[in-house]
Amino acid sequence: MKISPEDVAKIAKLSRLDLPQEKLELFAGQLGDILDYMDKLGELDTDNVEPMYSPVEHTTVLRKDEARKDYTREEVLSNAPEQDGKFFIVPRIV
Amino acid sequence: MSDLYTKTLTEVAALLQSGEVKAADAVKDCLARIEVTEPKVKALLTVLGDEAMVQAQAMDADGPDASKPLWGVPIVLKDLLAAKGTKTTCASKILENFVPFYDATAVAKLKEAGAIIIGKANMDEFAMGSSTENSAYFQTGNPWDVERVPGGSSGGSGATVAAGQCFAALGTDTGGSIRLPASFCGIVGLKPTYGRISRFGLIAYGSSLDQIGPMTRSVEDATRMLQVMAGHDPKDSTSVDVEVPDYLAALGREKLDGVTIGLPEEYWGEGLDEEVLAACRAAVAKMEALGAKTVPVKLSLTDYAISTYYIIAMAEASSNLSRFDGVRFGHRNKDAEELIDMYTSSRTEGFGDEVQRRIIMGTYVLSSGYYDAYYNKAAKVRRLLREDFDKAFEQCDLIAGPVCPTTAFKAGEKADPLQMYLMDIFTISCNLAGLPGMSLPVGIGKDSNMPVGLQFMGPAFCEADMLSVAECLERNLDPMPMAEL
Repeated sequence: MKISPEDVAKIAKLSRLDLPQEKLELFAGQLGDILDYMDKLGELDTDNVEPMYSPVEHTTVLRKDEARKDYTREEVLSNAPEQDGKFFIVPRIV
Repeated sequence: MSDLYTKTLTEVAALLQSGEVKAADAVKDCLARIEVTEPKVKALLTVLGDEAMVQAQAMDADGPDASKPLWGVPIVLKDLLAAKGTKTTCASKILENFVPFYDATAVAKLKEAGAIIIGKANMDEFAMGSSTENSAYFQTGNPWDVERVPGGSSGGSGATVAAGQCFAALGTDTGGSIRLPASFCGIVGLKPTYGRISRFGLIAYGSSLDQIGPMTRSVEDATRMLQVMAGHDPKDSTSVDVEVPDYLAALGREKLDGVTIGLPEEYWGEGLDEEVLAACRAAVAKMEALGAKTVPVKLSLTDYAISTYYIIAMAEASSNLSRFDGVRFGHRNKDAEELIDMYTSSRTEGFGDEVQRRIIMGTYVLSSGYYDAYYNKAAKVRRLLREDFDKAFEQCDLIAGPVCPTTAFKAGEKADPLQMYLMDIFTISCNLAGLPGMSLPVGIGKDSNMPVGLQFMGPAFCEADMLSVAECLERNLDPMPMAEL
């Protein structure tokens, strides 16, 4: 499966990664090889098979709808690159 | 006691309980061993020397506590596990200064059982790798030959135990990341059934594949660690509410009569290095001598496991790693003037190559137009792989095979990513199926002089049986020496 550096750039943008041209080309080659290898799965007949997304297939686990405070505001903000004691601060969005 | 580091966790725990060894001395000895071996091995990202000493002294003041099975035992955590107040980097630059404000449940349980955390181990960045060469910080050396890799992604955990720096380490296993380094470093490594140990506080790579597990110098040691950590956790909705048996009571069996070991032809065929085959065959012969029956079994979908694994793991990783955006934690590029730029530059600067490669791959297989061809297809094959195992276990109690086709290779030898992925061929199916697997050292390869590991796999929640068989075999093999450092 041939992947072009442009394909990689498009995906990189979706994943919020900015790759220089050499990396785009390197990844395109490597990903192409990996995808080729993955195309093997096409050999298998999976027409009537349910996908298995996890070994544990119990349905949604719920807890009581009770408010709980597990951590303090201070703790939650403790690793923030920028905060004012109340909020996480980020650059303007608009 | 200057040779304390040669003792097993079980032996040390007993010495600590009896008061023959003080917790502070156990910590001091480990720190001394770390000082001697670290320049060559480089297993640890963080050494908690002062913290551990302070804790040990406080514990000694109160004296041993018989209700705490790991009282005073120094252990190491893979740096993927949250330890409150302790830097947790995942061996990535993006979390260089991240300090969690909570303990992973497994860590909290070990602390409650009296264990003392003395360090955080190096690993492949975000658990992505099979050699620890993808750490953003430095390469860890295999204590048996520091030019060779310790395996990965829990390479630091494997090396620290093999080097005698601690009495047990926690690793994590998504595609073999406990079992492979255990095999390469000549120690025991157990990946429990998916859902057996809580994933709360384990920084996620592949959420449907990840499990925490012990890496130790004996099967009994691993059993003691499992006993403490196993159990349902309401904070992890994928943890399973299945009774935790008395694992220790399962150990000590004389023979293996009545046990049937399945040998998959796909795991014992071509592609194995001669020395690995020889050591593993000898171990199987020993099991037969102890009364076990061996039968051939078919795991005919083995060839498809790697593709299935990497599609699913990379897809899940791309989703899990999207939380690293510089907003609430981790590296932020403070020069970015606009939000999307901030996300992009922070992530690009913070993530290493292999991580970026897997994020791109994962995003690709989940993207519209490819989701069905890759991700959904892989999920269907995953169910077929699980059924393959279920069928095999109708004919045997446990499956055995080599952990890896080779022993530890030299750093830099596997430059091509696909070549590296193929190291996982025997270990990944376990994670896809959610079944338990463990590595037991069974000898030293005669060509490379490096350890060889035999893998056991079993049905879900069969850890008691698996540990029981492994311990019996371990007792009847020549004792595994410690690496000379």
